[in-house]
Amino acid sequence: MIETERLTRRYGQLTAVDALSIRAEPGQVLGLLGPNGAGKSTAMRMIAGFLAPTSGTARVCGYDVQRAPLAARRALGYLPEGAPSYGEMTVREFLVFIARMRKLTAEVGHRRFDEVVGWLQLEDVLEAGIDTLSKGLRRRVGLAQAILHDPPVLMLDEPTDGLDPNQKHTVRQLIDAMARERTILISTHLLEEVHALCNRVVIVARGKLLADATPAELEARSRYHGAVSFSAPGSGVSQEMLGRLPQVASIEVDPLDGRITVFPRPGARILEPVEQLLREQGLEVSEIQLERGRLDEVFRQITTAQDAMGASA
Amino acid sequence: MSPVNAVLRRELRSFFVTPMAYVFLVIFLVLAGILTFYTGDFYERGQADLQPFFVVHPWLYLILVPAVTMRMWAEEAKGGTLELLLSLPLTLWQAMLGKFLAAWLFIGLALALTFPIWLTVNYLGSPDNGVVFAGYLGSWLMAGSFVAIGACLSALTRSQVVAFVLTATVCVLLILAGQPQVLDFFSGALPRRLINALAYLSMLRHFEAIARGVLDLRDLAYFVLSIVGWLIAGVLLLELKRVR
Repeated sequence: MIETERLTRRYGQLTAVDALSIRAEPGQVLGLLGPNGAGKSTAMRMIAGFLAPTSGTARVCGYDVQRAPLAARRALGYLPEGAPSYGEMTVREFLVFIARMRKLTAEVGHRRFDEVVGWLQLEDVLEAGIDTLSKGLRRRVGLAQAILHDPPVLMLDEPTDGLDPNQKHTVRQLIDAMARERTILISTHLLEEVHALCNRVVIVARGKLLADATPAELEARSRYHGAVSFSAPGSGVSQEMLGRLPQVASIEVDPLDGRITVFPRPGARILEPVEQLLREQGLEVSEIQLERGRLDEVFRQITTAQDAMGASA
Repeated sequence: MSPVNAVLRRELRSFFVTPMAYVFLVIFLVLAGILTFYTGDFYERGQADLQPFFVVHPWLYLILVPAVTMRMWAEEAKGGTLELLLSLPLTLWQAMLGKFLAAWLFIGLALALTFPIWLTVNYLGSPDNGVVFAGYLGSWLMAGSFVAIGACLSALTRSQVVAFVLTATVCVLLILAGQPQVLDFFSGALPRRLINALAYLSMLRHFEAIARGVLDLRDLAYFVLSIVGWLIAGVLLLELKRVR
């Protein structure tokens, strides 16, 4: 479990993290989402014990990171931003070093080493210098380091940043597989990641917590939530007729591909009425879609509303 | 294995993966030899001891110790591995101690490899080997002080060059502090007590006392305290960086 209470960090005048209170439970993958420079990494560094909070507290598995730093760090596996590791070491040496630092016994150390290496598919590069590895492999070495001691709490700072789609997929599968009995906190600025991984999201900007919800709840805040979009090439779909439906609030046409999006009135369901209307009119529709809501739009709305407030203040 | 030991082994290994450690050892040994024979008048003095050899050590350390210690923290801060290291379950003290001991042992290895000169002097005459041993001990303790200074100042910066220059500067000041020229320069301006204090700070004075074979507790305490003091300062500096 990870808990923070009004966690705050100031650098001179700048407040990087501002009274942030979050909570992640076992079995949960909590996504810390925010624009670059929002304070995600600073918050994680405080939870990891690398930076001291200016005020407020953070606890890992109940251990206060300031008062019981070693117990808190023992319970935590941490992948810092950019997955730093000692480049002059080989993968094997690096993981052995971590095992020693974590005081794993020879027996447990060997078992975990084999498990983790197999899991992250590092067998072929064990004797290679870390400096010579590709970005994706280095990230996997960083992950191996973080999970070597089988921690109940895992904190990953932008685990898929800079990876190609295949590597991202692999890393996400791994996180997914580990999520069951662990508490996982990941930071990201990628919205697709939230969909792919997280069962709860905390949105931060300028160090402040702006939203704490499930991805579905966030999507429901989108004006696209419940909207119906379709393409009807070569047919003059009458916007007027759609607009006459009682459940419809507004209609937009994409100027580029002519895709039509129909927005519902609050609480109304419009997929069926729209479909029925199209059928009655005998219009050819190539494909029709019920929108879940667009996270990017919600994200922009939440994080820029704060900017506007900041500018006017 | 304790975290201190794990850090120590990692650091020692990292010296030897690059050719730097070997280059360092060769330069140290060559310089120690040349300076002893040419500037120290090893033969011409006609005495079977290692005074001319030990006299050059402070000046060798002045260049070579900062070269060993400059990367200690600066490289970790720059490469981001500091964040990794300090989020592992170890205290700042353990990290500092592991790194310090690794560098100190490495200098100790360089010192041990000068044994041919000890063999030479035993072949040529019959030196007092107790004094020779004291000389080695004093030299290693002095190196320890220099390493502790380097360990502290490397924590101050992300730049290895800055760490080198700072360490070399502090070391040269501590070497020169007790020289008669320096003391004379200040004798008019400063009260007698301060001059004495300045003279007491001098590395050379304590080193030369030990190297003469006189193991005075005060000289040993000087080095031990200076090592401990600089390491404490280094840990405080790291802690300050965490808080600030």
